[in-house]
Amino acid sequence: MLFIGVVPILPRIEEGFHLAKAATKKAPTEQLAKPAEPKRHAATREELLRLYREMLLIRRFEEKAGQLYGLGLIGGFCHLYIGQEAVAAGIQTALTDKDSVITGYRDHGHMLLCGIDPKLVMAELTGREAGISRGKGGSMHMFSVEHKFYGGHGIVGAQVPLGAGLAFAHKYNEDGGICVAYFGDGAANQGQVYEAFNMAALWKLPIIFVVENNRYAMGTAVDRSSAETHFWRRGEAFRIPGMVCNGMDVLEVRGAAQAAVDFVRAGNGPVVFEAQTYRYRGHSMSDPAKYRSREEVQQVREKSDPIEGLKHDLETAGITEEELKAIDKEIRSIVNEAADFAETSPEPDPSELYTDVLVERY
Amino acid sequence: MATELKMPALSPTMEEGTLAKWLVKAGDTVRSGDILAEIETDKATMEFEAVDEGTVGEILIAEGTDNVKVGTVIATIVSEGESAAPKAALAPAPSAVAQPAPVAAPQAAAPVLAPAATSDLSEETQRLTVREALRDAMAEEMRADPRVFVMGEEVAEYQGAYKVTQGLLDEFGAKRVIDTPITEYGFAGIGTGAAMGGLRPIVEFMTFNFAMQAIDHIINSAAKTNYMSGGQMRCPIVFRGPNGAASRVGAQHSQNYAPWYASVPGLVVIAPYDAADAKGLLKAAIRSQDPVVFLENELVYGRSFDVPLGEHIVPIGKARTMRPGKDVTIVSYSIGVGLALEAAEALAGEGIDAEVIDLRTLRPLDKGAVLESLSRTNRLVIVEEGWPSCSIASEIMAIAMEDGFDYLDAPVARVTNVDVPLPYANNLEKLALVTTASVIEAVRKVCYRA
Repeated sequence: MLFIGVVPILPRIEEGFHLAKAATKKAPTEQLAKPAEPKRHAATREELLRLYREMLLIRRFEEKAGQLYGLGLIGGFCHLYIGQEAVAAGIQTALTDKDSVITGYRDHGHMLLCGIDPKLVMAELTGREAGISRGKGGSMHMFSVEHKFYGGHGIVGAQVPLGAGLAFAHKYNEDGGICVAYFGDGAANQGQVYEAFNMAALWKLPIIFVVENNRYAMGTAVDRSSAETHFWRRGEAFRIPGMVCNGMDVLEVRGAAQAAVDFVRAGNGPVVFEAQTYRYRGHSMSDPAKYRSREEVQQVREKSDPIEGLKHDLETAGITEEELKAIDKEIRSIVNEAADFAETSPEPDPSELYTDVLVERY
Repeated sequence: MATELKMPALSPTMEEGTLAKWLVKAGDTVRSGDILAEIETDKATMEFEAVDEGTVGEILIAEGTDNVKVGTVIATIVSEGESAAPKAALAPAPSAVAQPAPVAAPQAAAPVLAPAATSDLSEETQRLTVREALRDAMAEEMRADPRVFVMGEEVAEYQGAYKVTQGLLDEFGAKRVIDTPITEYGFAGIGTGAAMGGLRPIVEFMTFNFAMQAIDHIINSAAKTNYMSGGQMRCPIVFRGPNGAASRVGAQHSQNYAPWYASVPGLVVIAPYDAADAKGLLKAAIRSQDPVVFLENELVYGRSFDVPLGEHIVPIGKARTMRPGKDVTIVSYSIGVGLALEAAEALAGEGIDAEVIDLRTLRPLDKGAVLESLSRTNRLVIVEEGWPSCSIASEIMAIAMEDGFDYLDAPVARVTNVDVPLPYANNLEKLALVTTASVIEAVRKVCYRA
């Protein structure tokens, strides 16, 4: 019998059309553009001082946050960045004020290096009216449009497509900016990360996907969670070049970041950038820490600490112990001031409960 | 005896189409895969293909004929060695789909709009389908604001899976009309990020069923941003696409998400019924600084309504009186409004004067309009093409209990779909969906006329 079907109209296939050839419309992968070979950054005296200062600010700020948490002044989840300071410091110092930044819930360090007032960050941690999110966001949900810091996202991996969206806006507006989206080795296993990789590569979005590989997704070691632990290779299937650096060496991070920034800003599309790092503290403040030994943490602290590690370069540049002590003192006073502010500021007015749900009135 | 070739339905909702071109003539031998004809609807152009061998007997509908009803015999084919056997009874899917058009189809002639309480349509009007009205809304806003762009599956080169974005690529180019891969979670996230970055994205979901993959970004990323940032970070984005049951597409493709999204603070949720509201509310949604979930309905896309000429904006959050009445209030939204109006027409013949309220916006809900009407009619029926539990109907009933108890002369009734996943079989699907008859029955009951 005769049967009728309906098919959409297709372009007429040309003579000699071969499926195998049609599949190779894309350039051979070996011809793809790559970032320049990264070099450890040859920092000036000023740059060294700035990097030291920024890492130290994060370290002292986070230590203080840990203390305030212990005192019950900070509630809920609080994820500290201690140990990973070189990653944010090395990358943020390679950016300009045109660029946007987005990260997950371990966000305090990135915020401080975006130039956000430590007082406003600490006051958010204590849930006060003066907090950057007026006390409504907390540790994991902080934003500053003014400083082009777009969060502060509590859903693991969500910041990756959101970051691709920020990069989309840079490209759409032709404003010359790029986006840096930070996420961890744990988030790197989320499906949406690869959805974002695909579109970022397809549309050549100006974005650096920074995988902060701190070796543990909460309590699960990378080897137990990831089939491919070379996270820099995770973009290969999308033709995204990968880079990897020692995330405990701020000058190595800074040098690699420069190569990535230059490549992305030149319109070549995204880069996957793995920084191998380590967090000293628990995943959050409520972490039984049964998944790794005290000795392991101690060893990293002693042999690979990013702040101690920079001391040699500081010395070589002729920076004196006194200069560093002065910085130390200044940072301590900034952090203490932030903590005092965060403790003494009032909680939000009860009427704030109902504000900011929607922007407009309908 | 020849096999009859019938006008095929190119989609479950197609009722008629244009036989654009015959590629064969009487006497031609055709083989499986040969293209017999090209068929057009307002949604798509498709080729009509032979799946087996035979000889074309007679061409019964000439090429260029418009409005050929689905199921009309357009040609006959004589199959080899089977010329005597009448095979028509075994005719496969397309003709079977075609005959009893479900819910929306036969009566789909647009109900004449009653003069609205908000006098929306006092100006000069033009006749537009809902599909065209949505397209016009996007095009007008894209002309007015360079930050507005559209992204989604098949929105550009394909001209829209349901042709809602037809022509936008030509006018605005690939920078602003963007085909995405099939990757809802990813592109909903990219759209949301772009909104945070200052653009005004319109994200089209081919249907809202697929937005389930993206609901995390709609709720966790878009809806909560402004609140979590203490009001400093905006997320002005529109998520739009068809919602609710289409026709014979089964449970995974047939669901009304209105109650899901309407339960989320931080979202605006809109579900228009007619073309004027579709246009006016979509324009308002695109201009809004808040994230908007804009729920359309595939079965209504092809219906025509009067739409005011020129700039037409409908305020968000305001219900509309579609038909004034004094005996009972029927509240509905989206496709349910059509059923409510039909029921009201029929009830008028029985001496029951029903008022029909179209909610239009589901969050924020226009409680005042519902209660004001209830205060005059003292009886309330809610019509919803969706499940009964935790529904918009449930919410309206709660409002009636909390704020309208003293007005009520009868218990509030809700008329909804049956509480099952939507079945595929034609008869079961009809049994599962809300109907005009069930609305009429409910109204009689609350009026104690049953």
